[in-house]
Amino acid sequence: MPSESPRKTFLVALGVCLVCSVLVSTAVVGLRQRQQANRELDKLKNILLAADLYTEDAAVRQTFDAKIRPALVDLSGGRILSETPADKRLDPINFDIKVIARDPKLSQAIPPAENLAGIGRRPGYMVIYQVMENEQVVRLILPVYGKGLWSTMYGFIALKNDLQMVTGFIFYEHGETPGLGGEIDNPRWRAKWIGKRAFDESGELKIEVVKGTVDPASPQAQYQVDGLSGATLTTRGIDNLVQFWLGENGYGPFLQNLRAKEVAHE
Amino acid sequence: MNKSLRILSAPLIKENPIIVQVLGICSALAVTSKLETAIVMSLAVIFVTAFANTAVSLIRRQVPGSIRIIVEMTIIASLVIIADQLIKAFAFSVSKQLSVYVGLIITNCIILGRTEAFGLKNAPLASFLDGLGNGLGYSLILLTVASVRELFGAGKLLGFTILRANTEGGWYVPNGLLVLPASAFFLIGLIIWALRTVKPETGKE
Repeated sequence: MPSESPRKTFLVALGVCLVCSVLVSTAVVGLRQRQQANRELDKLKNILLAADLYTEDAAVRQTFDAKIRPALVDLSGGRILSETPADKRLDPINFDIKVIARDPKLSQAIPPAENLAGIGRRPGYMVIYQVMENEQVVRLILPVYGKGLWSTMYGFIALKNDLQMVTGFIFYEHGETPGLGGEIDNPRWRAKWIGKRAFDESGELKIEVVKGTVDPASPQAQYQVDGLSGATLTTRGIDNLVQFWLGENGYGPFLQNLRAKEVAHE
Repeated sequence: MNKSLRILSAPLIKENPIIVQVLGICSALAVTSKLETAIVMSLAVIFVTAFANTAVSLIRRQVPGSIRIIVEMTIIASLVIIADQLIKAFAFSVSKQLSVYVGLIITNCIILGRTEAFGLKNAPLASFLDGLGNGLGYSLILLTVASVRELFGAGKLLGFTILRANTEGGWYVPNGLLVLPASAFFLIGLIIWALRTVKPETGKE
């Protein structure tokens, strides 16, 4: 029977902790590369889902390479940079929002009053994804993120090339409550975004998530999306992050420039 | 040999952790809307119960009584983290669907229950079989419930269409209730009822 001396208790506890920590760290370190590859592939898959191009897992990278053209956008200037800066972290392939947002040189603090998405710092650059068809951009996939109830939610919002209509919305990483806030993954809710208009004709940001159900008779219905019941704070977070990212501090200047360019062409 | 077989097979029906001891219900509700998630969850639980029970049994003579629960929890938690990491590496899309529930295996009463009731008192091999058996008993119910829920809730099994749903141009009207977690309660309740009718001794206190 086990002896109950403090010395023995301490030694056993220490031994168990040592063995367990070695096992856990081996598993974490040994599997990290594989998990990283999975996460990257999953991100591409979600870009394709947002673009409505996803067919099967096996074809993800191929479809992505064939149909999607990533581009680095300077958010304050609102322009696509034609040349990738020397900084490796800004390479569209390796681009990691979390790394950029942490770096004081590549991101700016957001004034508290404008910090709608609850993210504190805004990356100076974002990689957007252009869906190409016959060398024309038909859709833009814009990465967005912001605080939900428990977690920072990372996703993509897809805009048609009229720069008004939403054609897809998906989150690829979040930690909201399964069954409540986690329902943002539900295809039925995601489908409610499709066909909604984010901006009106004049380019004013109009889209919002309402509490409850949208009244289809209302003239505002084209700008409104149903909230999720039981997930008020998560959907409020989504509303906030959409306002932020499509607004002045987010892709606003970029979209404005695109609109101006189109007018100039006509 | 006979004894080993009994240790392994008793938890399948006669002492089944879910339907006889009514443990581990939480995850049985959460991950059974689809067969695929239920299979991965089952494998994770089998892995954790079998090895946690073995590990606790191996050190049962060394562990002082005052810290035995925390030692058991440390072992269980470590095994769960390892299982979680493996799932993230080899079944990524399922890991996203299982979300927090793999981590919650730590709090699954079946596992701590087995290490306390069996692992601490028996030899490693018997403990391994006991853990394996309990994991399998849990899996048996999980897979049964998940099969019913996916087949009648979505008309599919493992993602393959069996009953073509009317939303996809077929004849079958999916039962929406089965998609909701509460339906697992009803199914488990029905299984318990059936078992207690056939084998009344399982219902005795």
